[in-house]
Amino acid sequence: MHENQRAGMFQPHDTALHQPHVGAPRNRVDGRAKVTGAARYAAEYTAPDLAYGHVVSGAIAKGRIRSIDISAAMAVPGVVQVFTHENRPRTAWRSKAYQDEVAPPGTPFRPLYDEKILYSGQPVALVVAEDSEIARYAASLVRVTYEEEKHETDLAKVRAQAYKPPKTRSGMAPPAPRGDAEAGFGAAPVKVDESYRIAIEHHNPMELHASTVVWEGGGRITVYDKIQGVQNTQSYITHVFGLSKDDVHVKSPFVGGAFGSGLRPQYQLFLAVMAALELKRSVRVMLTRDQMFTFTYRPDALQDMAIAANPDGELQAIRHDVIGNTSTFEDYQESIVSWSAMMYHCDNVATTYKLAQTDTYTPGDMRAPGAPTGMFALESAMDELSYRLGMDPLQLRLKNYAEINEGDGKPFTSKELRAAYQLGAERFGWARRNPKPRSMKEGRELIGWGMASGMWEAQMQKTTARATLTIDGKLEVGTATADIGTGTYTILTQIAADALGLPMEKVTALVGDSKLPFSPVEGGSWAAASAGTAVHLACNTVREQLFKYARGMDGSPLANAEIGRVAFRNGRMELISDPSRFVTIQDAMRAGAVDRIEAEETGSPSRITQLRYAAYTHSAIFAEVRVDEELGRIRVTRIVDAVAAGRILNPKTARSQILGGVVFGIGMALTEESMMDHHLGRFMNHNYAEYHIPVNADVHDIDVIFVEEHEDKINPIGVKGLGEIGIVGTAAAIANAVFHATGKRVRHLPITVDRLLEMEDAD
Amino acid sequence: MNRFSYARPGSVADALREVASNPAAKILAGGTNLVDLMKYEVERPTHLVDVSRLPGLKEIEETETGGLRIGALVTNTAAAYDERVKERYPLLSSAILAGATAQLRNAATTGGNLLQRTRCYYFYDAAMPCNKRVPGSGCPAKQGVNRIHAILGTSEHCIATHPSDMCVALAALEAVVKVAGPNGERDIPLADFHRLPGNMPEKDTNLHADEIVLAVELPEPRFAGKHHTYLKLRDRLSYAFALVSVAVALEMDGDRVAEARIALGGVAHKPWRVPEAEDLLRGKVPDRALFASVSQRLLEGAQGHGGNDFKVPLAHRAVIRALSQAAAGTPQSHTDKRIQ
Repeated sequence: MHENQRAGMFQPHDTALHQPHVGAPRNRVDGRAKVTGAARYAAEYTAPDLAYGHVVSGAIAKGRIRSIDISAAMAVPGVVQVFTHENRPRTAWRSKAYQDEVAPPGTPFRPLYDEKILYSGQPVALVVAEDSEIARYAASLVRVTYEEEKHETDLAKVRAQAYKPPKTRSGMAPPAPRGDAEAGFGAAPVKVDESYRIAIEHHNPMELHASTVVWEGGGRITVYDKIQGVQNTQSYITHVFGLSKDDVHVKSPFVGGAFGSGLRPQYQLFLAVMAALELKRSVRVMLTRDQMFTFTYRPDALQDMAIAANPDGELQAIRHDVIGNTSTFEDYQESIVSWSAMMYHCDNVATTYKLAQTDTYTPGDMRAPGAPTGMFALESAMDELSYRLGMDPLQLRLKNYAEINEGDGKPFTSKELRAAYQLGAERFGWARRNPKPRSMKEGRELIGWGMASGMWEAQMQKTTARATLTIDGKLEVGTATADIGTGTYTILTQIAADALGLPMEKVTALVGDSKLPFSPVEGGSWAAASAGTAVHLACNTVREQLFKYARGMDGSPLANAEIGRVAFRNGRMELISDPSRFVTIQDAMRAGAVDRIEAEETGSPSRITQLRYAAYTHSAIFAEVRVDEELGRIRVTRIVDAVAAGRILNPKTARSQILGGVVFGIGMALTEESMMDHHLGRFMNHNYAEYHIPVNADVHDIDVIFVEEHEDKINPIGVKGLGEIGIVGTAAAIANAVFHATGKRVRHLPITVDRLLEMEDAD
Repeated sequence: MNRFSYARPGSVADALREVASNPAAKILAGGTNLVDLMKYEVERPTHLVDVSRLPGLKEIEETETGGLRIGALVTNTAAAYDERVKERYPLLSSAILAGATAQLRNAATTGGNLLQRTRCYYFYDAAMPCNKRVPGSGCPAKQGVNRIHAILGTSEHCIATHPSDMCVALAALEAVVKVAGPNGERDIPLADFHRLPGNMPEKDTNLHADEIVLAVELPEPRFAGKHHTYLKLRDRLSYAFALVSVAVALEMDGDRVAEARIALGGVAHKPWRVPEAEDLLRGKVPDRALFASVSQRLLEGAQGHGGNDFKVPLAHRAVIRALSQAAAGTPQSHTDKRIQ
């Protein structure tokens, strides 16, 4: 554990709030269940008479199914049914019914809808059998013939057809231009005008996507789904299959990583529900590892970035033009260019964001969707500019520091990025950097130091939570959000425990159940702020009710006390000025003649705050790489990531979030790439052996600093969220470090050995 | 995965009978490769002959000629950490530890490692054409995603590589594979064990369908000193197959090379050796220019297919580096991934 873990915690706003847990590094409350296997995931639930579905994946990228022969599969003993587009049961006919909570504009993919093939790997049949092995074997016997049409999967080949999305995805409005970027660029003496590209990445969570649908009889089902929002799954099922909410109970208490792949209900859910309803029996569908490459992914993006500055480093123009790929049926959009309009002070900014269609599945949100893509271009270009200016890259950032959100002119609710730069640089030893590329060496390895900035939205979504205090001194809190491994259970427990002065062991947090109070999907780094606020509010109401009972007791020691002068601790309410005057929870409840106090509260973002302020997390990332240039081998030996994210609820789980994000960034920078065969229109390295997520040997020192940042505007608990900021600038910092080490500027991620060697030919 | 019958014979003779009884039989040992391939419908054996408990194949024994005999069922871990292997054939120990992961090495066997199949993406994807999997169906890798593919010894039918690290060291050490068949035992020199794809890419090795591997025999140790190395270049530092790997074993006579062996992995359908290249080192004082000429000879005719063009220069550099490491007596560590 690092000494800095307690840094960044400021005094609670409500000074009366005794908070031994919030802000302290607590172990995960679900840790034991996870390491002992007691925590069950979607594919681990069973039911009497459970049938197993196996998906048959299509082999071509575009065309039609000419014939589909299921006879050999049906002949296998133990096979219950083979579903195809020819025999599937009827579901909603309007495509709108398939639009889930976070669907982008367009017509969602409808599994087994008709004979059309829209992308390679598309599910074309579901084999349901008495056991999973039979289903898998029979699936291999389904014979499909196709009528192929010419496909295109290479974004570069369709860039001429790029278009501005006619319908903007909610929250993705492109930033307004300001000043005159063309003129500013033309007039400025120091310029960078380059193109950047990233690789398509798949989310690759450890847990395979799966849905277990338990047939409860009478048309009712309980669904265990791998999803980041149980109520999203629930409403998808009710809309698609015409069921009522009462008939569909969705649970997802544990999610083995998702990173955005579980935001939208995926096709295995549709197939499992369809089969269960049709067969009137319980059905589980789990995808295979290679099928994990047959749905959403981080999209490709062609980026042109032009920036220019005065000789003193003052930015004169930023122009960022992006074409991202999407499918032929939905207009997926993400924030790639908005960062370029916000990150730095610059009077002349213009951005464009267009889409071009490829014969692929619709891309989707993957950890900080758009931000590491856009920031790779912006922060690489800033680095390039710094060398052309002969200026330290960190100095260039400070020179152009944005005091307000330049995108919309609003002040930030809080922004301690300057402190992050400073603390990060100090910890890293940035001052000792020799600015000259190729100047630092040890043994055969060139050493490079690079840095970048990170930025992500600090969001909050309307969320409802329930809190129930019982006379045995136990507190239960719940909301229908998800814990995808981030630590949501733990922080909700901490918040609730502190609100009522209970030890954490007395508190149970519930998430991932559609019967719990409303929550949107868990994503966008908003879960801690949203669910945390809702739990905080619900507990406060319980607290107030409890205090009322305590004060109303005959001869109450707190008779004339204000709640603000009372501390809730150790299961009792005591006067801060005289702790010997107290009332226990039990006595208060007895006095109130209740054995439980329940409250449900909804936390919503303040519209006024949203109108007046911009809310973002920031980070400063410093990376050291060591490069064996002759062999093209890059090791990331050191990362310092200084994060300004408001209040840190739990430095331990918070640090894990940043570590995970940084490792994601290392993968993006150096190893991760879903390799598409454009002749076949298919991703080919579809397994863990050939899609290279960094392993332990690739990950060295990662030092996380939480910068002290007082945040009192965006929500009552001062939380900004941490799930995504860790990845945002990491790839750019590593690419910049590779340049500093080698003098080679690789503008196409990941920086694999072949891309590094190619640069030599270009020299 | 298709349905199959399963037998667990009690002796090598019984195992041979089981294998002979069904032309679509496959031998199962550690299962680290076969079971994966079965799950993905790449291998569809109708009969599995589980040899994992056969007696007499789990030992590492001294041979009469002063070498070691490593039983076919000795796990990769057991072989790599065996004191005699470490002391007499450090190159082999090093190559094994460069492969896979600790968990896989604990299960994978010596015999299975010899017989592991290519990692070509197209071979692994049963929905796609592949001449190795379905002869005559075509080779999309030639125009497709081929950055991991072969640059030497390819044919118009197949550009796959052999993925083993262990075999690269065995090739350099001139091991012999001991096999048993219906007509008794025979020896296959490691150099002749794996094949080039030619016009029969479906056939990886010269082992007959009715034979089983008994052991790998290492000759009297000649390269036990520190003048060896196994240098493996890959996309991440563990659990990744070699883009290029180089096994070098040198016998030094003062400052001159008395004897040299070099084998390459990740570049061909078999561990790649060119004895004429090794001859260039004999009797010479090693230096970079000499290494470069060795590398030129070793990689003569190397040809990329687009995505793997980089392997040609990378292999040259890897050979030179590996020879430098071996000559200097600073073998590549597989715990500290830094390259010397």
